Amino acid sequence: MSENLGLATPRNPPVRLTRDMVNNGFKLRVNELSGQNTDACYQCGNCSSGCPLAQEMDILPNRIIRLVQLGQREDIIQSETLWICASCFQCTVRCPKGIDIQAVMDALRQIALEEGVDHFGPDQIDPEQAAEVPQPGLVGVYRKLST
Amino acid sequence: MKRIGIFVCHCGINIAETVDVKRVAEEAMKMDGVAYVQDYIYMCSEPGQTLVREKIVEEKLDAVIIAACSPNLHESTFRAAAEEAGLNPWQCEIANIREQCSWIHSNREKATRKAIKIVGTLVEKTRLNESLKPISVSITKKALVIGGGIAGIQASLDIADSGYKVILVEKESSIGGHMAQLSETFPTLDCSQCILTPKMVAAGKHPNIELMVYSEIEEVSGYVGNFIVKIRRKAPFVDWSTCTGCGLCMEKCPAKVPSIFDRELTTHGAIFVPFPQAVPNKPVIIKDYCIYFKTGKCRLCEKVCEIGAINFEQEDQFVEEEVGAIITATGFETLPVADLAEYGAGDVPDVIDGLAFERLLSASGPTVGEVKRPSDGRIPKEIVFVQCAGSRDPERYRPYCSKICCMYTTKHALLYKHRVHEGQPYIFYIDIRTGGKGYEEFYHNAEEEEGIIYLRGKVAKIFRDGDKTVVWGTDTLTGRNIEIAADLVVLATAVTPKDSTAELVKKLRIQTGPNGFLSEAHPKLRPVECINSGFYIAGAAQGPKDIPETVAQASAAACKVISLFSRDHLEQDPAIAWVDEDLCSGCRVCISVCPYDAREYDEEKEIVIVNEALCEGCGSCVAACVCGATQQRNLTDSQIKSMVTASLGGK
Repeated sequence: MSENLGLATPRNPPVRLTRDMVNNGFKLRVNELSGQNTDACYQCGNCSSGCPLAQEMDILPNRIIRLVQLGQREDIIQSETLWICASCFQCTVRCPKGIDIQAVMDALRQIALEEGVDHFGPDQIDPEQAAEVPQPGLVGVYRKLST
Repeated sequence: MKRIGIFVCHCGINIAETVDVKRVAEEAMKMDGVAYVQDYIYMCSEPGQTLVREKIVEEKLDAVIIAACSPNLHESTFRAAAEEAGLNPWQCEIANIREQCSWIHSNREKATRKAIKIVGTLVEKTRLNESLKPISVSITKKALVIGGGIAGIQASLDIADSGYKVILVEKESSIGGHMAQLSETFPTLDCSQCILTPKMVAAGKHPNIELMVYSEIEEVSGYVGNFIVKIRRKAPFVDWSTCTGCGLCMEKCPAKVPSIFDRELTTHGAIFVPFPQAVPNKPVIIKDYCIYFKTGKCRLCEKVCEIGAINFEQEDQFVEEEVGAIITATGFETLPVADLAEYGAGDVPDVIDGLAFERLLSASGPTVGEVKRPSDGRIPKEIVFVQCAGSRDPERYRPYCSKICCMYTTKHALLYKHRVHEGQPYIFYIDIRTGGKGYEEFYHNAEEEEGIIYLRGKVAKIFRDGDKTVVWGTDTLTGRNIEIAADLVVLATAVTPKDSTAELVKKLRIQTGPNGFLSEAHPKLRPVECINSGFYIAGAAQGPKDIPETVAQASAAACKVISLFSRDHLEQDPAIAWVDEDLCSGCRVCISVCPYDAREYDEEKEIVIVNEALCEGCGSCVAACVCGATQQRNLTDSQIKSMVTASLGGK
């Protein structure tokens, strides 16, 4: 409606949910890659409350899972959360429904990386700092955060 | 003068923390007529009661006062103890120094002074107490059950199985109630009719149950054990004694009546049986829709009925029955969709309520179990369920939780998904409440395995756009508003009491709460009894309830009736009103104030007498009596006067 009136794009437009969107394959792919059933999440929020990096995230882990449930791919792909997640497994250990949330995060990162965008590279780290970080650590970070 | 013994209870620290019990005991000892005083940590304990019994004998006490908790709790305990020790039970009084003193005060000095005064008033009362005998009342061992839904059926069967007679009165032409309309039941998904109809048949055939369907309560008089009930038996215009239930009349009737049983999704004739498994399976003619009654012409049903069972001349009959106990199990209704303006007020197509969706899902429903939307018969591919439609909305609709909707909506979405595999159900909810055995697991399964999308938020608006019914809601879990162009919307409308409940409770003289549901005598400890003796309640007439809870409550109410009937006589509390015949002027003001109809004018003596079986001892007539002719036993004017004096610190 707003386009017709020549107004700016709404900042928070309603999500027009359809069965195609809910079942668009995104959720299925996440479930397949992670081996988890994201529909099992009942949004208790325990993953977020225990997350040591939650304060740095733009979308909290429980809401990431919620967006998966509703098939909201774009919101997730553009989120910083995937790259701030340290894969510490706190969330996985705490989940009362036994969802391996860390595996879901991995799957989401993999899907995001398929877009071909690097989220970390050798040029983004100070050479002096790099010299102090153990090599396996650096390789791990590159593997996790770049294509 | 009477020798009075006083026993002051600490109730652990419940009393002793705020009230100096030792000082209460010391002061009580100084009161006139008090011969013995003792305090003890738990007077209601076995050693405490033993103390009371022993001291009554040892100290030759004529009366005792227990200064402890409310008489509601332990009056009977201590009266029994006093009786064991040889006292008349009405020579035992309770001074409430807990609920009316220690629990509500914090200043120890003031609370102690008040406790002393409370004990003092009871000493005054006790000095003038008479020894009384309980009033013996006979019992008619036959029960009346009002309402033939699952609650009424279960209660009737339980009472009948124990050997007592039951009259089961049902307003509609068949028993079964709302449960007969349901498709499958949560959380086990067994077919509602399959588990209900055996009970309906059992109730219909039970030698101890007299079914009175198509009947309503006209008038109730009498009292516990001895009620007289007048029942209107509405004219079905069919002679049920000869009708075979062949159904030919129903096939031929040209009238079109919206089916209440099918939530108006279909029509039937003016002569009809509500559903095939009806008990009894006999038709009735609805006068308002019958073409003959309206125009004077037709009588098609009469022509096709080979045995001549149609009788347009029939009139309502009235019968009078004597019963000893009455169970009210009149069930519930749901808030009409028309009342919900923001959800289309019934004007937006393809917005139906939960009971209508039950009919769509039912194998015996209008679509034979296929989910088709009412507007064009198409199978909906996107379906939205809206919970709390009118519930938990104190500002506009009903303040309470309707309790059953979380579960039945999940069941609806599940059954829909089982029938339309490619379809997508969405459920808007505020909270999901699954407090029953196996309920949480049922919900988890629906969410995890069946692909039902739960959206946390209340729906704001429903409107039509082309052939879609659009729902505006929100999902507070993502913080995004949601718009769904749905094919069908199902509202979980608020469970409400039946409109007819208000009228019925007036006839029965039982109570309802602020939301119009029947009130129980105590929310925890007397959940199936009314305050008035002889009345019991079961099922959703008391408040929203699912089937397991309804059945449990029905059996509980039946058990109360059976326990009442297991005695040959009832013992009524004799501490009630009585009349000094010499003083009564016959003004009858007492009749107008008595809430229990216990006052009757005696034409011969020209005075107003007390029906001892009906009087509950509320004291209204005593207060209203202008000439002081009416007095309450053990609470006479002179007792009250000296109690007031004592409570003010005087002598």
